[in-house]
Amino acid sequence: MSVTSQHIRAKPLWNQKKLMPWLFLMPGILFFGIYVVFPIFQSFNISFYKWSGLGEPKYIGLKNYVKLFSDRAFEISLWNNLKWLVLYLLAIPTGLAIALFLNQTVTGIRLYKSLFFFPFVISQVVVGLVFTWFYDPTFGLLNTILTSLGFAPVNVLGDPTLVTYGIILAGLWPQTAYCMILYLTGLNTVDADQVEAARLDGAKGLRMLWYIILPQLRPATFIAFVVTVIGALRSFDLVSIMTNGGPFGTSRVLSFYMFEKALSEYGFRMGYGAAIAVVLFAIMMVFIVYFLRTMYKQESEPR
Amino acid sequence: MLFNVKKTVAAATASTLLATGAFAGSHALSGDLVIFSDMSNPAPRAVMEGMIDRFGAMHPNLNIDLTVIDRENMKTQILNFTSANAPDLTNWYAANRMIPFVDAGLFEDVSDLWAEDEFVNNLASTKGALTLDGKQWGIPYSYYQWGVYYREDIFNELGLTEPTTWAEEKANCGKIVASGRACYTIGTKYLWTAGGWFDYINLRTNGYDFHVQLANGEIAWTDPRVRQTFANWRELIDMGAFVKNHQTYSWQESLPFIVNGDAAAILIGNFAVAPLREAGLNDGKLDFYQFVSINPDVALAEDAPTDTFHIPSLAKNKENAKEFMRFVVSAENQTLINAGDALGQLPINAQSAVDDDKFLNQGFAMLSTNSPGGVAQFFDRDFPAEMAGMGMEGLQEFMVFPDNLDEILERLESARADIY
Repeated sequence: MSVTSQHIRAKPLWNQKKLMPWLFLMPGILFFGIYVVFPIFQSFNISFYKWSGLGEPKYIGLKNYVKLFSDRAFEISLWNNLKWLVLYLLAIPTGLAIALFLNQTVTGIRLYKSLFFFPFVISQVVVGLVFTWFYDPTFGLLNTILTSLGFAPVNVLGDPTLVTYGIILAGLWPQTAYCMILYLTGLNTVDADQVEAARLDGAKGLRMLWYIILPQLRPATFIAFVVTVIGALRSFDLVSIMTNGGPFGTSRVLSFYMFEKALSEYGFRMGYGAAIAVVLFAIMMVFIVYFLRTMYKQESEPR
Repeated sequence: MLFNVKKTVAAATASTLLATGAFAGSHALSGDLVIFSDMSNPAPRAVMEGMIDRFGAMHPNLNIDLTVIDRENMKTQILNFTSANAPDLTNWYAANRMIPFVDAGLFEDVSDLWAEDEFVNNLASTKGALTLDGKQWGIPYSYYQWGVYYREDIFNELGLTEPTTWAEEKANCGKIVASGRACYTIGTKYLWTAGGWFDYINLRTNGYDFHVQLANGEIAWTDPRVRQTFANWRELIDMGAFVKNHQTYSWQESLPFIVNGDAAAILIGNFAVAPLREAGLNDGKLDFYQFVSINPDVALAEDAPTDTFHIPSLAKNKENAKEFMRFVVSAENQTLINAGDALGQLPINAQSAVDDDKFLNQGFAMLSTNSPGGVAQFFDRDFPAEMAGMGMEGLQEFMVFPDNLDEILERLESARADIY
């Protein structure tokens, strides 16, 4: 008798174990599904239509994508995104260097750390404005310095060859701070015994950094890489604030071009905008899959 | 930003505002009137609220519900609210900016209003701007002139007079450049200011009809007549007439150049007068002249962007909305809302009075007596939105790198094939 009653009691318990996680996940899954997953498929769908946002969408198959290939503005945006992707990664070594420099105990080190972290706390809009004024061709600090040193003034944000680099530099300011803070927390967990042992074996300087410290910082590097790549691909606010995509569209990136085509004052081309979004999504997907695979591998590895 | 001002106009306000007797003929309305307005800046907002107070006083049983939407946000929100939950009235822009809404059947045809005596007799000047496919799709409430605002004191110092021909304009500019200044300040970061220059040079070189045909996609961008427009423009660019680095500045950021005397003039709409006055340019220092004639065979035509009201097709109280439209265009209301202490613009009703303001007077005289060629809206309202966006980008590039013209025109020409 006792056996059966135990058996009966055990079953709901087992059910509970299986059910509860899903119940707790439900709100998250629901909102993620409605606000993230569903719109992704909706975008895929819209990209096959010609639609002004008003009236009936007209199915045109792959025409939006075919047009992208001959669209000069799209090509410029794609190249600029690539520049962003590559140069933005500079935030990682710079962030590491600053973190190593700040990882010491002197009076007031907290203040210095806060000062370095400051650009990450302020809004991207403010960062954009500060750099716009810095670059201002008439009264900006940059040209004041350049001319006082005897160089010719430059109009960074008005020069099609310089403008994207100028904006990326502005973006690197907060991004470096972000990477720095990731490394600072990482450095806290570096095993002092290992450092000690390495020192006894005569390692120091760069060899110490490369063989002892960096391997232990791998989780921090991974996260820094993830946030930097994602940050580079979704760069939008700085472009919008500093140049509005100009001069003559030379500083556009994909996310900005998508916004312009679909939602801005001169847009009203939802299908075309959606096609750009799909391309951006495909590029991001490459990285996302890599990130997820790496994370999955790390988590299933025994530690 | 969405501000909801519930205006259930009570009889209390009615007693104070009995002066609006001019509408004794119209019967009192009842029911609701829902208005979405983009008059979100302080002065326009006060004007909108004032109009509702006065209209409400005339119709005490009418519930008026006003929602003020930020002017920039309106440009995207109008897509949503005209296709569902439409108000009875909404602000928008005239000319080709109406096309998407008219094509999608979202704006109500108000041609019957335009057949009424008041409209036929006193509003003819803006009828064209509200007409698409031979029908009218809204009513205007205000417009303003464009032209050259210049530093009178600098002109006096250099012994210059207001030019009327292209040769005089260039001669003046030569002397201004020789004095170490730029002739014109302009900020093209947001592109549209370059559209103003193209409008004027093209209107003066090829005339209003040609300009409209180009806007409607009937003429190639690579047409030699279009090239002539750019060639004329280039004469000024090559002289160093425009301030340097204009591609980095918004129009507001370009104003210090004229205020500080680094530039002598600016081609812009009348809305620039207020900030210029605030910056210290009084009427003794700032003056206005009509953009000079270039091709003597072409009748003068002006840019005068018109602000409008429309009835969405899905509106529920269309008769109330039409009555409000009649009220808006009436001579008395037009005089009031366009006065210097209100919108500071030009009334569209021929019977209304222009406020006694140096620039409004000159603008009114120019548009009513010296614009025989016609009145255009503005580059980004006359050209379809996408063409306007690409076009203005090309204009900005041309102003910085005039040598790229061929490539720019090829690009615009291939866009034209796509868009129309």
